[in-house]
Amino acid sequence: MNIILYLLPIAMGLGLLGLAAFMWSLRAGQYEDLEGAALRILDDDDIEG
Amino acid sequence: MNERIDYSAFVTRDSEGHANLDLAIDGITCAACIREIEQGVAGPEVERARLNYTSRRLSLTFSGDGADPSAAVERLSRLGYKAYPFTKSREEEIEAKETANLLKRLGVAAFATMNIMLLSVSVWSGNVADIDNETRDLFHWISALIAIPTVAYSGQPFFRSAIRSIKARTLGMDVPISLGVTLAVGISIFETMNSAHHAYFDSATMLLTFLLAGRVLDQIMRRKTRAVAGNLLALRGDTARRIDADGGVTEIPIMAVKAGDLLQIRPGDRVPVDGVVVDGLSDVDASLVTGETAREPVGEGAQVHSGTLNLTGALMVRAVAAAENSLVAEVNKLLDQALMAKSRYVQIADRAAQLYSPVVHATAALTMIGWLLLGASPHFAVITAVAVLIITCPCALGLAVPAVQVVVSGALFRSGVLLTSGDGVERIAACDTVVFDKTGTLTTPDARLVNRAGLDADLIALAARLAQSSNHPLAKALVRDNPSAARIENVTEEPGRGVRAELDGVRVQLGSAEFCDAQDLVAAALASEPDATPIVLRRGDDVAVLLLRQILKGDALQVVADLRKRGLNVMIVSGDREGPVRRAAEALGVSDWSAACRPGDKTAILEELKAQGRRVLMIGDGLNDAPALAAAHASMSPIAASDLAQGCADALILGDGLRPVVSAVSLSRKALAIMRQNLWLSTLYNLIAVPIAVMGFVTPLIAAVAMSGSSVIVTVNALRAREGRRVSKAAASKDVAATARMREALS
Repeated sequence: MNIILYLLPIAMGLGLLGLAAFMWSLRAGQYEDLEGAALRILDDDDIEG
Repeated sequence: MNERIDYSAFVTRDSEGHANLDLAIDGITCAACIREIEQGVAGPEVERARLNYTSRRLSLTFSGDGADPSAAVERLSRLGYKAYPFTKSREEEIEAKETANLLKRLGVAAFATMNIMLLSVSVWSGNVADIDNETRDLFHWISALIAIPTVAYSGQPFFRSAIRSIKARTLGMDVPISLGVTLAVGISIFETMNSAHHAYFDSATMLLTFLLAGRVLDQIMRRKTRAVAGNLLALRGDTARRIDADGGVTEIPIMAVKAGDLLQIRPGDRVPVDGVVVDGLSDVDASLVTGETAREPVGEGAQVHSGTLNLTGALMVRAVAAAENSLVAEVNKLLDQALMAKSRYVQIADRAAQLYSPVVHATAALTMIGWLLLGASPHFAVITAVAVLIITCPCALGLAVPAVQVVVSGALFRSGVLLTSGDGVERIAACDTVVFDKTGTLTTPDARLVNRAGLDADLIALAARLAQSSNHPLAKALVRDNPSAARIENVTEEPGRGVRAELDGVRVQLGSAEFCDAQDLVAAALASEPDATPIVLRRGDDVAVLLLRQILKGDALQVVADLRKRGLNVMIVSGDREGPVRRAAEALGVSDWSAACRPGDKTAILEELKAQGRRVLMIGDGLNDAPALAAAHASMSPIAASDLAQGCADALILGDGLRPVVSAVSLSRKALAIMRQNLWLSTLYNLIAVPIAVMGFVTPLIAAVAMSGSSVIVTVNALRAREGRRVSKAAASKDVAATARMREALS
């Protein structure tokens, strides 16, 4: 059962990592324009014309 | 026309000293626009440009100190996009903060729930297998470690609201929610300390997650509607001429006008804000305000309203209200009314929720006492009571109607209808007869030249060229009907009579019969077309009479047909003369019409219809329609209508067309049906779920899932109130169309 001692911190750490990523995305304003993001991906920046 | 406009009132500076500017952009239709705008606006002074597609706003950061937005605005207009500086209203900023705040709490609750579920699933499977007590306790303690701070943080909006409502001695929806969550956490801690098999931390956090998600979605929808409406105001792009202390004149954006500013209003200008005339004499046309074309003389001390057209002389006006206060506040007020308005069904749901809360608490308490008396363990009694509390959270009942209201308000706004009264949806849905006013409602402000065939094309072109120099409504209609003519220089206008000029040594005149000395010709022309309005053109000794007639709105015929298809009777009741009304009625195929009605006559006709048991939807715009609008079962009014008419109407039509009337009827009917369905669904849910919970068959986790499930069903059902299936491109183009309509209406 010692494996739990490793797995639990890893699981909790991953959870915190996810939360941190969400907070970062929130602070970076990624929820300000929900429709634009879906359309920007259609843009071919590398293709001229 | 190309004077420099002072946009500096809109530029803000961030903490690093960069100058920032927000622009509202019109004409965004597709994904390609994003790139085109962001790259097209680039220039030496622009450091960063970012377009927000949802709110249709471009945020610019300027390099250096010299922030002059006019070059950027100019570049955008060359690309074909109308842009205008923008300041967020205070309401918008508050809502933006509120949304970010809720999102943060939602994120915390969601990640906590995921992690606690990870542990809970292990415990559940361990409970039926070989988990040892130490491991289970460890898992429960870790769950508690995650759940307690999460509930303390994410539950705050509910706890605060619950405390507020207890202080106000009512039991709102948030009281049982708070109580359920707190009890679930409390019992779980107690259970964990006693090394029990079950803990309910997962129920508490999952409940908060679902509830927060609902609030965030609601908030996003409101913000979007508000942003679109705010853009429409900014995009009017109107400017005012402010007279400075030194006597000089500065052109400033209307939104920057403050109360007390002294403004110069030239002939042909619209009055930008409500004000009092300080100096000058003039005639004004208040047709935008009152709906009826009427000239009204004004002098010192007279009040002039925003939207009034100054016809003849220059005026100096002292603004009595800041443009921001009058316009933004007005639209915000309308939107708030539309979004917050409580229909009769909302009131029923509210009352039910008010009665419901004490019943819920009593049921939970009785369940606990009952089980204790029956000899169950205190632990089982409390757990069952918590399950009852959670499962009966009046969420489904509380959401049943307001969710539909919010969804249908948004759908109506997108199709060009702004609701102004809470129960408008139910009343419009109940109508079986539509009564139209004619002038300004069925007809456009434009007029058509009816005797074109009998006139020389040169003369018509000449008349249109002369008309370009006049602000008279008829002259403007003539120009719109014959658009391509070039302007003539050195035209002088005799206010209210006509315009004259010299062209190749010949004197040319355009105006009234008296002005051109052609009364006999006009009388003869009118004999054949009694319902037209004449304008006379004189070139030397040649005289031509141009006859103009009001034209029906382009979609009027189709709208009448569509309304009939939905089982509605269509009638026309107008104050106009019999000739034009008969012609309009025949063109639309409406057999039921009345002409030459005074306001009292219109009301009498409506009373008669009411006595016959009919429910009338009245659509009108002018001052003379206001009593009829108020008397009708439901009423709608174009946004260009008089304030009085708007005040009486249940909904406003954005823009020039009549198509929104059909949308209003079909969306309202659908929404009403869904509201009824939702009330039944949530009642049914409670009738089934509560007895099961009281009998002790439900754990708090199952209760949380069931409660959330019922709320989700009701909300998803409410989303059906949007027209058809949502296709993002179609929705976007609808937004653009709504923007265009409202812009036209406001300009």
